[in-house]
Amino acid sequence: MNYLENRKYVIQAIFLVVGVVYALRLFYIQVVDSSYKQAAETNAIKTVIQYPFRGLIYDRNGELLVQNTPVYDLMIVPKEARNIDTLRLAQMLEIPLEDARERFKKARAYSWVKPSIFLQMLSTQDFAHIQDNLIDFPGFYINARTARGYPHKSLGHALGYIAEISPKQLEDTSYHGYRPGDYIGKAGIEMEYEKYLMGKRGVKYKMVNVRGIDKGPFKDGAYDTLSVAGQNLVSTIDLELQAYGEYLMDGAKGSVVAIEPATGEILAYISAPFYDPNLFTGKDYGKNYMQLLQDPDKTMFNRPIMADRNPPGSIFKLTQALIALEEGVINPRTQFACNKSLVNCHPHPSPLDLYGAVQHSCNPWFFQAYRALINQGKSKNTFTDTSLGLKDWREQVLTFGFGQKLGIDIPGEKTGIIASTDLYDRVYGKNRWKYSTIYSLSIGQGELGVTPLQMANFMAIIANKGYYVTPHIIRSVGENGKPLKENQERHYTSVKPQHYEPIIEGMAEVVRAGTARRANLEKVGIVVCGKTGTAQNPQGPDHAVFVAFAPKENPKIAIAVYVEHGKWGGQSAAPIAGLMIEKFLTDTVTMKAQEKWVLSREYLNIKSK
Amino acid sequence: MPVEQKVLGGKIVQPSSRRQSTSVFGNLDWFTVLLYFVLVALGWMNIYAVVYSPENIVNIFSFDINSGKQLLWIGTGVILMIVLLVVDYKVYEHLAYPIYGGIILLLLFTLAVANPVAGSRSWLDLGGGVRLQPAELAKFATALAISRFLSNVSLRQQNMKDQMVLAAITFLPAIIIILQNETGSALVFGAFILAFFREGMSPLILIIGGSAAAIFILTLLVPKLYLLIGVAALMGLAMFLDYRLMRRFKTMIALFVLIIGMVFSVDYFVNDILQPHQQNRIKALINPEADPLGYGWNVTQSKIAIGSGGFWGKGFLEGTQTKFDFVPEQSTDFIFCTIGEEHGWLGSTILIGLFMLLLMRIVYIAERQKSVFGRTYGYCVVSIIFFHFVINVGMTIGLAPVVGIPLPFFSYGGSSLWSFTILLFILLAIDANRNRELVR
Ligand SMILES: [Zn+2]
Repeated sequence: MNYLENRKYVIQAIFLVVGVVYALRLFYIQVVDSSYKQAAETNAIKTVIQYPFRGLIYDRNGELLVQNTPVYDLMIVPKEARNIDTLRLAQMLEIPLEDARERFKKARAYSWVKPSIFLQMLSTQDFAHIQDNLIDFPGFYINARTARGYPHKSLGHALGYIAEISPKQLEDTSYHGYRPGDYIGKAGIEMEYEKYLMGKRGVKYKMVNVRGIDKGPFKDGAYDTLSVAGQNLVSTIDLELQAYGEYLMDGAKGSVVAIEPATGEILAYISAPFYDPNLFTGKDYGKNYMQLLQDPDKTMFNRPIMADRNPPGSIFKLTQALIALEEGVINPRTQFACNKSLVNCHPHPSPLDLYGAVQHSCNPWFFQAYRALINQGKSKNTFTDTSLGLKDWREQVLTFGFGQKLGIDIPGEKTGIIASTDLYDRVYGKNRWKYSTIYSLSIGQGELGVTPLQMANFMAIIANKGYYVTPHIIRSVGENGKPLKENQERHYTSVKPQHYEPIIEGMAEVVRAGTARRANLEKVGIVVCGKTGTAQNPQGPDHAVFVAFAPKENPKIAIAVYVEHGKWGGQSAAPIAGLMIEKFLTDTVTMKAQEKWVLSREYLNIKSK
Repeated sequence: MPVEQKVLGGKIVQPSSRRQSTSVFGNLDWFTVLLYFVLVALGWMNIYAVVYSPENIVNIFSFDINSGKQLLWIGTGVILMIVLLVVDYKVYEHLAYPIYGGIILLLLFTLAVANPVAGSRSWLDLGGGVRLQPAELAKFATALAISRFLSNVSLRQQNMKDQMVLAAITFLPAIIIILQNETGSALVFGAFILAFFREGMSPLILIIGGSAAAIFILTLLVPKLYLLIGVAALMGLAMFLDYRLMRRFKTMIALFVLIIGMVFSVDYFVNDILQPHQQNRIKALINPEADPLGYGWNVTQSKIAIGSGGFWGKGFLEGTQTKFDFVPEQSTDFIFCTIGEEHGWLGSTILIGLFMLLLMRIVYIAERQKSVFGRTYGYCVVSIIFFHFVINVGMTIGLAPVVGIPLPFFSYGGSSLWSFTILLFILLAIDANRNRELVR
């Protein structure tokens, strides 16, 4: 038997020989012979990303606000793009030679074999021109995708824009699923509603042979995934009103925000100066963006929600009156004399009741009403009493949406400032300040900051007699989408509905016979209720404000117009509001004289007070 | 119980004191068990690597993907191995023929009722999406039957009739499996030749078999004229070196004529008798580059995948060539590509080393059996594992024809994993009880 047992050595030898032969063969394939590595680089599956169609955005009447337009990226595979005449290439692409070299470097740094974007977002014309010459430049090819297009050039600040995802965002786990080169909403609606708009990327796998020639879909497309288009959005914007407002504001600086009071839907959203959103879609995107960012007029500043440093001026008198009524320290018949020793005023009959005080915007009247509100005698100590009064007052002011974000669906909203006891304690010391320190709040000056959006929302509150719905610019998502739930919440103020009546009456008088007659629409049968304001501006002419809602019965629109350096709200802001109200309610503009006046910008030449 | 004295080859052998434990687990060859689990775990990770896609990351445990399902097979495999270890080890010898007979019937049954899957009639649908391939089970059953037969009638004492019976036992399942259109699995039964060799079969058969296989492959690789010149030169050299062969000049001439005949008949066989898909598999071996997207697809792609791995590999889950079934049957028959690509030459060689260790260990275990049954069974096991290893790895690196058989313990698939688990753990069960066996 022993000699048979020795056969185990034969068998073990066979095993070992095979093992060694295989290891050697592997060494040859994997280490010695480099041809397999090269083959793996090209003879592989090419992944073609199918970019989904981004959701479209419509206005409230079904007008297209944002569409997708085809654009073309010039792609490069550095490995195949050897022996390229860089100078000729630069000439063909109409870019500086240095730029072309820089782009080569960048592409090579990204990957030697993987395609990357050499020049992005060519227009259709550029594409045709380049396509014809591409034969001379191996390693280059055109990749078609879609970019955003804005047929109406309106609403740039609200729509926002999309751009390539930043390296920082890519590292952020909340952007899971995005890849370098992907486009993502960077501002406005595009950013806020990214998750609905983006859709789902598809992937196609193509087989490519050693020479890079397409051999058709891999496995007959069994692994391909289709892209899913993003969901369309329906905006609350009335494009016609928006465009008309932009027409009126063209050349001016400031904001216009119009809201439908009952729903909180934003009808118009203007930040002037504005820009054509199409500037951010072409290949000059970067250049245009930097230009706009640096311009002295601060075009990129989203004024309606970010300009929160300016005091509201006289329009804030309405807030003061409402809270004073609620507190019972005044009633509509309460009279105060126009005592100019308290605070400056302009000529008008005196003494006035609440209606008259609103109509004539009497400063001393509100000085005295606000004093009654703040110093209610809750404490014998004047300092403590003022502090207590201010605290109560502030709580009520906040219920009007001031001093906090309203929650509009446009990113970047600011809170504004409402004077607080903490603030004065910090500046003057505890119990070191009293009514005489803070009296300017009574007329909307001092430690107050209100955004144009908050102003318009304030008008919606008065129109609704006591509440507002979160202002929003997107009504619904998707086909036959229902209004978004988060945009339907009602927020009630601390002031009871009946106290709004005298204020509304006074506001109607302001337009009928007061400071805002340029907004008067009685000729077309519309009663407008409004209030002008002026915000002192140490840097130049005062800013002008006009807020209004109309019609008086069953209001359909609330509006705030803020014109920087507009001096007088009644001269600059009121006619713009009046014209827009008429446009929105009647679809026509009959007040041609006012329109001409606005466009002439003559209000800028009126002597300041 | 009297003191055990074991007699082997006239010598008195004391039973190993370390192996006195009566528990089967105490006597278990844990080294082999460890190797088993290392291979299974590595296989599992590589099965995950095949389906891993950075575009769509799925948890390795998810039952939606192969790695999750394989884990289920591994888990049930553990239960299976415990059962195999705790049942009375004598069952395997005593019931060898009934098991074999049952499996033969199951194979025939499958052939009769199976719905063809990709031309193969080897799958038995158990319902609930679970399928079984009885051909896999035929391996251990046949190994048991062969061992049982050889433990009764030694090969050295066999007459013609015995040899016919042994051949029948070995090739009956193979024939049924060929009828099921699973030629690859049928070829495995040829591997038992190694076990026969150990048990006393003439080495001539091994040499002739090996030479025939070599000539077969060389016929396809090398032009016929060169091959024949080479063979003639080799024979001349052999006769020059060994004068005894010189005396058998006529025999040598006859042998040469035989080889000529074989070369031409192989050529005829491949080109005229084999079906196109079988031809393609063989031709893919000869020159896969001729039509990289045609029949050479598998071999070309698998070589590219392995070759691109380099010395160190691309790293776990970093492979690009072995995704999406780019190489077909990626997680089953071509799982080795994933190792090659992601773990490079180093990883591939370590894996080869692990298999070498396992094969050596099984030989060691087989040799220490005191019963012919146990020893023969051990050699049957090692033959099958070796054959699978040779073909499976060989085809991915272009050294063996593309035959669709899995890499033991490594490839995805329940039938295959179970089959090898049964095969190996029956041996370990017998081995754990070897001291209770009296030498015949
Ligand atoms: Zn006055």
